[in-house]
Amino acid sequence: MKITKFRRVLTVVSTLTIAGFSFSAQAEDEIKVGLLATLEGPFTVLGQDAIRGAELALMEWKGMAGGKKIVFVKGSSNAQPDSAVNATRKLVEQDKVDLMIGPLSGSEGVAVKNYSRTQPQITFINGSSGGQETTLVDPSPNFFRFNLDGAQVMAPLGSYAYDKGFKRTMIIAEDYSFPYSQVQGFMSGFCKAGGKVPKKAWVPVGNKDFSSVIASIPEDVDSILVVLAGADAVNFMRQYEQAGGDKPFIAGSVMVDQTVLSYKGKRRDALIGTLSSGWTADKLDTPEWNKFVAEYRKSFDDAFPAPSFFAFAYYSNVKAMLEALDQVNGDLSDGQAKFRNALQNLQLQTPVGLITLDENRHAVGPAFITEIIKNDEGDLVSEVVQTVPKIDQKLNLSAAEFDAMGIGSRESPSCP
Amino acid sequence: MDIFSQIRNSSQWVFYLFGLIALLAYPSFANNFFVFQIGALSLILGMIALSLTLLAGYGGMVSLSQMSIAGLAGYFLALFGESNAVQSLQLAPIIAVPAAIILATLVASFFGLLSVRTEGVYTIMITLAVGVATFYFVQQNYVIFNGFQGLSGILPPTVFGTNFKDPVPFYYVSLMCAVLAYVFVVSLIRSPFGVALQGIRDNPRRMKALGYNIFLHRIVTHSIAGALAATGGVLLAWFNGFVSPGIVGVDAMINILIIAVIGGLNHPIGGFVGAVIFILLQNFAIDLVGSDRFRLLVGCVFFLIVIFSPNGLIGVGSKILNWAKKRPKASEDKMGMEVIKVDDV
Amino acid sequence: MKIHKRKVSAIVYLIVLALFATFAAWAITDNKNLFVTVSMNGLTIAALYFLVAIGFTLIFGLLKNVNLTHGSLYLLGAYLGYTVADLSGSWLVGVAVGTFGVGIVGFLLQVLVFRHMQNQELQQALVTIAISVILADLMLWGWGSDIYQLDPPDWMYGAVAIPVIGKYSIYKLFILGFSISVGLGLWLLLNKTYLGVMIRAGVDDQQMLSAMGVNVHVVFALTFAIGAAIAGLSGVIGGSLMSITPGEDTRYLLASLVVVIVGGMGSIIGTALGAILIGLSEQYGLAYAPTYGVIFTFIIMAAVLIARPQGLLGRE
Repeated sequence: MKITKFRRVLTVVSTLTIAGFSFSAQAEDEIKVGLLATLEGPFTVLGQDAIRGAELALMEWKGMAGGKKIVFVKGSSNAQPDSAVNATRKLVEQDKVDLMIGPLSGSEGVAVKNYSRTQPQITFINGSSGGQETTLVDPSPNFFRFNLDGAQVMAPLGSYAYDKGFKRTMIIAEDYSFPYSQVQGFMSGFCKAGGKVPKKAWVPVGNKDFSSVIASIPEDVDSILVVLAGADAVNFMRQYEQAGGDKPFIAGSVMVDQTVLSYKGKRRDALIGTLSSGWTADKLDTPEWNKFVAEYRKSFDDAFPAPSFFAFAYYSNVKAMLEALDQVNGDLSDGQAKFRNALQNLQLQTPVGLITLDENRHAVGPAFITEIIKNDEGDLVSEVVQTVPKIDQKLNLSAAEFDAMGIGSRESPSCP
Repeated sequence: MDIFSQIRNSSQWVFYLFGLIALLAYPSFANNFFVFQIGALSLILGMIALSLTLLAGYGGMVSLSQMSIAGLAGYFLALFGESNAVQSLQLAPIIAVPAAIILATLVASFFGLLSVRTEGVYTIMITLAVGVATFYFVQQNYVIFNGFQGLSGILPPTVFGTNFKDPVPFYYVSLMCAVLAYVFVVSLIRSPFGVALQGIRDNPRRMKALGYNIFLHRIVTHSIAGALAATGGVLLAWFNGFVSPGIVGVDAMINILIIAVIGGLNHPIGGFVGAVIFILLQNFAIDLVGSDRFRLLVGCVFFLIVIFSPNGLIGVGSKILNWAKKRPKASEDKMGMEVIKVDDV
Repeated sequence: MKIHKRKVSAIVYLIVLALFATFAAWAITDNKNLFVTVSMNGLTIAALYFLVAIGFTLIFGLLKNVNLTHGSLYLLGAYLGYTVADLSGSWLVGVAVGTFGVGIVGFLLQVLVFRHMQNQELQQALVTIAISVILADLMLWGWGSDIYQLDPPDWMYGAVAIPVIGKYSIYKLFILGFSISVGLGLWLLLNKTYLGVMIRAGVDDQQMLSAMGVNVHVVFALTFAIGAAIAGLSGVIGGSLMSITPGEDTRYLLASLVVVIVGGMGSIIGTALGAILIGLSEQYGLAYAPTYGVIFTFIIMAAVLIARPQGLLGRE
C-alpha cells in the first residue's frame, strides 16, 4: 500500500523532472518562430488555412531570411484566450522560440498581447486577430500587427451607403466585440453623413433562431445592416425570406464570402447590389492579388478554392517578419531592437496593397467597398466599386472625434 | 474504515514527507514553464477536482458545476478586486479575495439546494443544466460580466516586494492552498461529519431513519466543496489574468470531471494525479500526435477508465501492484465500487 | 399538510398566470402582431424541444438510463440527414437515414455498452459523457466546423398567410403538427401496442417478463433504439429549421435536460408542458429582452426545482 503511493508520486515527479530538463538544442544559424493558430476545436479548419498562409510566405523566401534558416514551431489553441496564452507560454518558455506569430481570433489577440508584456525579450507579431482593443488600449511595445481591424475595413461603407440612398437602417449583429467594431466602422461614416440607426438587435452568440428578431424589424427602415458570419447569414436570410421580408441588406465583411453567395434560396437574386466592405473582394483584379491566389492554389492540394482571410492575414504578418529579418540580416541581438525598428518602418507590399504601421504598431492599409454582381456564369461574386487606399485605426477621424466615440460597443456609436 | 488507520499509521507520514519535500523542491530543478504552466496549473485544477472528489467520492453527488463555481469566483474577484473591469470596486486583495470566495460559496450552496432534493443521476443532470446556464448567463450578461469578452487585468498582489505573478512565488501560493485543501479534506472525511456523509452516500434512507438531516448534510457539503473550488477559481483567475465565458464552458466543466475520474474518485489525491496527467497531455499532445484530436484522445482515456477502472489511475496502480503480490483483492477496490454504485435510489 | 401544499401551489400558479397575463396585455397593446408572431415562434421552438426531449425522457423513464449522449445523437442525426439529403437530393431520404441510422447507433450503444452496466446509474451517466466527448470530436473530424443547412422540400419552404400574423413559415407549422403527431404516436405505441405492453412490463418486473419467455434484452435495446431514433429524427427536423454546427449537441442536450427537469421525468405530457414553458420564455426573452432569454429559462428551472424537485408533472 505505502509502496504503491510512494512509487506513484516518484513516477510523477520523475516524469516532470525529465521533461523539465529536456530542452532541445538549437543551431546557431537558425531562428525559431512560434506559430500559433487554432488547430483544435471548432475553428480547426480556419487555423489550418492560417498555417497555409504562413507556410506560403516562408516558401516564397525558400525557408531562409536574413541568412538564417527559419523554423516554425507550431502551437495550438481552441480559440479561447486562456488556451491561446497557455500555448504561447509553452512556445516561448519551453520551446524557447525567438519570435512569435499569432493568434487567430480577437479575444485571443488581447490575451496574447497582455502576455507579451511579460516577455519583453521576444517580438510578437499578430496572426489574424482583429480586435480594436489589442492595439488601442494599453498597447504592448513588442506586439506588432500587419492586418486591419474589423472597424477599419467597414469605415468607408457608411457614407457610401448614405450616398446610395440608404437613410434609415436597422442593425442585426452578433453580440460580441468583432461585430461591434464592424458596426462602429459602418456607423462612424453613416451617422456623420446624416443617416439614422433607430434600432440595433444584438443576437446572442451561437443563436440560430432569428425569427423573433425578424418579427421586431420596424416598418420604417429602408435597409438592414447584417453582421453575421457566413453561414449564420444564410440562416438569417432564409428565415427572413420565410417570414416574407423584402428590405435590402447591407453586409458586414464576413458576410460576403462564397458560403453566402452560393446560397440557393429564392431571394438569391435580391442579393445583387448588396453593398459591403472588406479586406479584399472576389474580383479584386490586381496582378499581386491574382498571383497570391495562384500561388496558394498551386502550393496546397487540400486547400480552399481561394485563400481565406486567415491565410491572407497570416501570410502578410509572416511576410512582414521575413522582410524585416532580411533588412537586419537576421540580427536579433540587443533585445531584438534592430529587428523591431525594421518592423516599425516597414513598407509592406501585401497582395492587396501597401501596409504600414502606426505609432501603436498597428496596420494602416487599404479597404475595398464591394457590390454583389452576377457574373457571366450566373454566379454571385463581389466586385470592387471603390478602393480606399489608406485607413488608420482611428478610421481616418481626428483623434478627438474617435476618442469621443471610443472603441465600438453595443451602445457606441449611436444615432437613433 | 481501514484507510483511516492507514493514515494514522506512522510510516504513512514518511510518504507524505517525501511527497511534500519533492513538491517544495520542484521549482529548483524545473524551468519556469514547468513550474508555472504545469506545476501551478495542475495544483489549481487538482484543487477544483478535489472539490468534486469530495462531493462525488464521499457524498455520492457527481456535480458538474464545480468549474462554474471556480469560474464565478474568478469573476467575483475581478469585480471586487483590482482589474480592468469598469464595474470593478477595486478593493484591496485582502478584502476582495475572501469576498469572492464567500460569494462563490453562497452560489455553490444555492446550486446545492437546487440539486440535493433529488438523488443519484439527477444530480448530474441538474448540475450540468445549472452549469451550462451559468455559461450562457456570463456570456450574455454585459452589465456585470461583460459578456463574450469577459473581464481582464486580474493580477495577484505584490506582498513584501514579492510579485506573486512570478512563476515560483505563484507556484508556492498554489502549493500552499492545495496542501491545505488536501489536509482539510482528508481530515474532514475522518470527522464525524465526513463519516455521516459517507453513510448518506451509501444508504440515505438508513441515515435518515437514524435521525440525520440528509439534505442539510448534502447542502453543507456543496458549500464546503464550493469554497474549495472557489479558492481554486481565484488562483485560476490570477493564473490567466482574466476570466471569460470559455473558462466556465461545457468543455471546461467536463474536463474537471475527466480529471477527477481519471485520477480516481476514491481518494483525495486522485484529483491531483488526474490534473498532472491531463495537463501534460494537453501541453505535449501537439508534439506527440498533433493537437487536432486531443479531445478524442482524452475522451477515449476517460471512457476506458470509466469502463475498466472505476477507481481511476490510482485503482490501476494498486491493481497492478496487487496482482504482482498475488493478493486477490484489495481494500481500495471495494471502496471504489461503492463510489460508483448508488444503491437505494 | 397535503391540502395546504396544494393551496400554496394553486396560489403560485395563479400569481404566475397573472404575471403572464399582465405581460401579454402590455405586449398586445404595444404591438399585437409582434406578440402573436413571437408566441407562435415560441410554440414552434417548443415543438422542436419536445421532439428532442421526448426521446431522452423515454429512455430515462423506461430504462432508468440518463443518456447524456442525447445531444450528440441529435447532432449525428442532423449530419447524417444532411449528407444523405445532399447526395440523394431528397429531404425525405435524409430524414429516413438520419432517423434509422441514429436508431442503429443507439441500439449498438445499448447492446455493447449499457447492457453491461445495468443498475449502475452513475457509471452509465459517466460513460455517456465519455461517449459524447468522443462523438463530438469524431463529428468535428468528419464534418468539420462548417455550418450546414438542410433544405426542406419546396412545398414546405415558403410562407403562408394566416390570420393576425400575416405570413408565417409553412415549415414551422409543419414542425408543430409533426411534433404533436409524434407525441401521440409514442403514447399510442406505449399504451396500445404489444411492444408497448412489453416495454412497460419489462420496466415493472424484468424477471417476470423474462420468465414469460420474452427476451428482455431485445425489448430494452429496442426501446433505446426508438429513443435514439427520435433524437436523430429531431436532428434532421431541427437542422432544417436552423443550422447544423458543432456545439449544437450541447445546446440540445441542455434543452432536453431543462425540459424534462421542468416537466417531470418520464412523463410525455410533462415533457410537452416543459417544452412549451421553455420555448415560450426563450422566444419572449429574445424579442423583448434580447440577451436574457437564457436567464428566464434558468429562473423557471430553479423555481420548479425548489417547489417540485420531481418536476411539474413528475411522479413523487
